[in-house]
Amino acid sequence: MIRLEKRPQPSRIWSYLAPVGAVIITMLVGGALFAVLGKDPVEAIRTIFWDPVFGEFAFYYRPQLLVKAAPLILIAIGLSLGFRAGIWNIGAEGQYIMGALAGAGVGLAYYPLEAAYIFPLMVIAGAFGGWAWGMIPGILKARFGTNEILVSLMLVYVAEQLLAKMALGLLRNPDGRGFPGSRNLQQYPSAHNAEIFAGTGVHWGVVAALIAVIFAYVLFTRHLLGFQIKLTGQAPKAARFAGVNPARLTLICLGLSGALAGLAGMFEVSGPAGQINIDFNVGYGFTAIIVAFLGRLHPVGILLAGLLLALTIIGGENAESNLGLPAAAIQMFQGMLLFFLLAVDVLTNYRLRWKTAEVA
Amino acid sequence: MDLSSINPTLLLASLIVASTPILLAALGELVVERAGVLNLGVEGMMITGAICGFAIAVNTGSPFVGFIAAAMGGATLAFLFAILTQFTLANQVASGLALTLFGLGLSALLGQGYQGIKPPATASLDIPILSDLPVLGPILFSHDLMVYLALALVAAVWFVLNRTRAGLILRAVGENHGAAHALGYKVIRIRILAILFGGACAGLGGAYLSLVRVPQWTEGMTAGSGWIALALVVFASWKAGRVLLGAWLFGGISVLQLNLQAAGVAIPVEYLSMSPYLITILVLVIMSADKSRAPGSLGRTFHASD
Repeated sequence: MIRLEKRPQPSRIWSYLAPVGAVIITMLVGGALFAVLGKDPVEAIRTIFWDPVFGEFAFYYRPQLLVKAAPLILIAIGLSLGFRAGIWNIGAEGQYIMGALAGAGVGLAYYPLEAAYIFPLMVIAGAFGGWAWGMIPGILKARFGTNEILVSLMLVYVAEQLLAKMALGLLRNPDGRGFPGSRNLQQYPSAHNAEIFAGTGVHWGVVAALIAVIFAYVLFTRHLLGFQIKLTGQAPKAARFAGVNPARLTLICLGLSGALAGLAGMFEVSGPAGQINIDFNVGYGFTAIIVAFLGRLHPVGILLAGLLLALTIIGGENAESNLGLPAAAIQMFQGMLLFFLLAVDVLTNYRLRWKTAEVA
Repeated sequence: MDLSSINPTLLLASLIVASTPILLAALGELVVERAGVLNLGVEGMMITGAICGFAIAVNTGSPFVGFIAAAMGGATLAFLFAILTQFTLANQVASGLALTLFGLGLSALLGQGYQGIKPPATASLDIPILSDLPVLGPILFSHDLMVYLALALVAAVWFVLNRTRAGLILRAVGENHGAAHALGYKVIRIRILAILFGGACAGLGGAYLSLVRVPQWTEGMTAGSGWIALALVVFASWKAGRVLLGAWLFGGISVLQLNLQAAGVAIPVEYLSMSPYLITILVLVIMSADKSRAPGSLGRTFHASD
């Protein structure tokens, strides 16, 4: 009989080993799944995890890694602030869309004027769009105690409808012969989030993601707010006594995570995606939840987890085109990763003890 | 715009059909939450049920077998949640999210090749004489078996929770798991059973979507129904009877907005489509004033050593 015995303190070693263990188990089970689908498991795993970084065409895929990881890291950093304090913003996908709409809206409003201030204005608008969308569940929770999980999630569906409306209406390209979708911002230099160093994949979103990582690291190690967030997550009552205002903390966390998701959306629409369209959002907001947990809600961990998940996205696309592996398999793969992480995590807080059955 | 094209009788009849998926899912979640467990994976279990039911119904030609498969599919996914939260003591919020993300991927994978197929028709159960009644007949007595099953389930859940010993134990486990454990009740075992029941119900709700309401398979077809079901439990203040009222309210809104779309109301389609979600938020705000009804141990991890 295996029994769980609570550790007096969470194990440091296991909190680092758990994500690694989860990745290995996911590879094994994922490989088995690919075998069931009739694909060579070793080749599939190699295509997903090895080839994009070390394979023949790695020179092309490595920059892509940063392009895909940047929005994931940016969003996950924001989510981790709230998650640590027990504030569950799971509507980042909606905030991402609203940031993109606001940012692109500002850029398109200036079209075809060329000026240096347009892009910075778009950045501010993008952050504001996400912030405002995140503040809706924030204010409702702070003011009425409404469940932020459900409200932020409902707002994703609202944002998706708004995105469709904008792509077909207000923001539609007037020269687009009636096709849905806005003008391509990549062809509008003042609004284009171009590569900073050609061929590296580094655009302003990557820079913003790195700044966010450093910012979050400093916040958690040096700043009172970071301490308050940690304290609220671990002992809400003690936090109240220590003078933490829960309503204020809710507003800050949801606002900040909304703003970061909005930024991610804005950098995406003005850079890699190029235009507002009905299928503009590709689930970064949800994948970022996995990134946040896999990164242990720690800034550096999130950086690594973001790169890993970006790798599964790129590798997954390769496996789709080269091996005919269904795209949905990768989505499931990512869900599995979170599953196994949560399961292995038991070892962080509990010790396994082998015991013979007790006499009642 | 032609509002006269909306037939109130048909509207009410389709309201009952539209409310059945969220009614089933919410009823299952109600039992789970009454046992003190917060399973946010309803959306994932629903969509898994939707594809399991659809695939099996298409392959066997029998919607009935499809519904059974859907319940089993939902319960299987729920079992994963039970392992995570009850054995490895993982955070329930995170596990529920994992379940939804996993379920969405799994269903998309299983659903490859089922797009654009028509499922076998679920026979409507025209109750003789009663279904011939004017107005009331089409509204109440000419639905398929699942509609009546869902209604019977509301009564059964109410009865079991409030009038039986098993229900009393389940509620005790949900209100205070420490005390229930001290009294010798098997907290973990009871919770696992509740979670499995919740999964089966969510699976049935999903299958009702793909086999009757829509009826076809498209990726991500639940489109937030599972989350609305979760909101419904809050709306119902964890009471079975009120879940039915809430389901009718949301069913009514979604049917009405579809009817308004068809009637060509001046409001753009997208704004009409977001109305069920906006109303869910509104209802949550109104209901959030009263938190006293939530089960005491809701969302807390139980370990005998604590």
